[in-house]
Amino acid sequence: MIEVKNIEKSFGDTKVLKGIDAVFERGKTSLIIGQSGSGKTVFLKSLLGLHTPELGTIVFDGRVSRDLGENDKRQLRQDIGMVFQGSALFDSLTVEENVMFPIKMFTNQTIPEMLDRVNIVLKRVNLDNANKKFPAELSGGMQKRVAIARAIVMNPKYLFCDEPNSGLDPKTAIVIDNLIQEITDEYQITTVINTHDMNSVMEIGEKIIFLKDGVKAWEGSSKEIFKTDNESVVDFVYSSNLFKKVRQAYLDESNS
Amino acid sequence: MNYIEHVGKYFLMLKQVFRRPQKRNVFKDALFREIEDLGLKSLGIVAFIAFFVGGVVAIQTALNVDNPLIPKYLIGFATKRSMILEFAPTFASIILAGKVGSFITSSIGTMRVTEQIDALEVMGINSLNYLVLPKVLAAVFFYPLLVFLAMFLGIFGGWVAGVLTGLFHSVDYIAGIQMDFDPFLVQYALIKSVVFAFVIATIPSYHGYYVKGGALEVGRASTQAVVWTSVVIILLNYFLTQMLLG
Repeated sequence: MIEVKNIEKSFGDTKVLKGIDAVFERGKTSLIIGQSGSGKTVFLKSLLGLHTPELGTIVFDGRVSRDLGENDKRQLRQDIGMVFQGSALFDSLTVEENVMFPIKMFTNQTIPEMLDRVNIVLKRVNLDNANKKFPAELSGGMQKRVAIARAIVMNPKYLFCDEPNSGLDPKTAIVIDNLIQEITDEYQITTVINTHDMNSVMEIGEKIIFLKDGVKAWEGSSKEIFKTDNESVVDFVYSSNLFKKVRQAYLDESNS
Repeated sequence: MNYIEHVGKYFLMLKQVFRRPQKRNVFKDALFREIEDLGLKSLGIVAFIAFFVGGVVAIQTALNVDNPLIPKYLIGFATKRSMILEFAPTFASIILAGKVGSFITSSIGTMRVTEQIDALEVMGINSLNYLVLPKVLAAVFFYPLLVFLAMFLGIFGGWVAGVLTGLFHSVDYIAGIQMDFDPFLVQYALIKSVVFAFVIATIPSYHGYYVKGGALEVGRASTQAVVWTSVVIILLNYFLTQMLLG
């Protein structure tokens, strides 16, 4: 479980996060949504420790990130898996080497042991026969799968995904969404996804946090988001005619 | 950001670079990769330029020594001194600043803008140590070898040029390169090459690591890295010459 208490973060005179509280539970997929510039990425990077908030605390299962020493911080980071928006695979390494990289760096396993683990996770993300390929030879969807494989290879307790569907076709996006949700459930990971993909919101949003101008404007589940009368959320989520119709149909069905 | 801030940030970067590597095996692999990328792949260009510059120095010296009272062996002597004192350590470093410096900045800069460095940090890896330390060690240990090679090929190039053009005799040239040999000058050249190798590995790394933006900014950072590396090499060349030979 990750508890975020009143975090604030500024860049120069611009306050980007203005006191956000949130709880992300184990075994659940939580989504952070909001318009561009709402502070989603800064919030996620603050959770990851890539930004240091000026105020507030982030607690990872009792470990307060701010109070951790260098070694404990490194240990915590080994419990974190991250899927970046552009996959962030190492260009000079093959798929196999990319996935093997964290094991090589943090364990003393032999090459056959490492290869076994790599093959297990690559199979788990349904990626066969790509071990020796370089990232540039893969499609966007395949790169995302490799990124997920690399993120879960060390059995992380926490999985963070920044826009995992960006640049993917709708069908592949759904496959990636479902894969993340299955993995979260299977390994009981605390998963936090930063997205503005409304399909993801409807499909896998067990918990949704809506950020607006650096504050938490709404919190609920994918079912509750249909019923909410919060204007900002309705404006953002149901901005397209299709989603307006979907919402109306859902409300009509609920009332009848 | 002003120059003083950049210098401060550069030294803070070095503090992170010079830490004990987190995993010896991974570091060893990275070191060999860098020796290949930064060192072995520069052999050709350094050898080519050194050979022809040596030839040009010998020909120009020969053409300018038209006084019959000046012995011909001075051509070999002048070529040897030029190659050992300046060309091999300094100009070879300027060439490497262009070739290797732009490679280092663009490779690290691309890793920055594609979030690969963030990925390393999230994994709990000291990205500066992982990316820059192998480059520094590869450069510092390999470049003196390149400088030796440049010295040898430059002097050899001078001999080939003289023999082919008939401007001087082989015997005179060889007598010139054997004359008044001072081993300290080779030491001086090696000290300079080690210092310049450090500069060639670290300044472009700094420019690449802290780049912000996209492909255009990476390109600009590469250009800036080459310019600043060359400027620092030229300044250090002056101070080292003053300190060691003055």
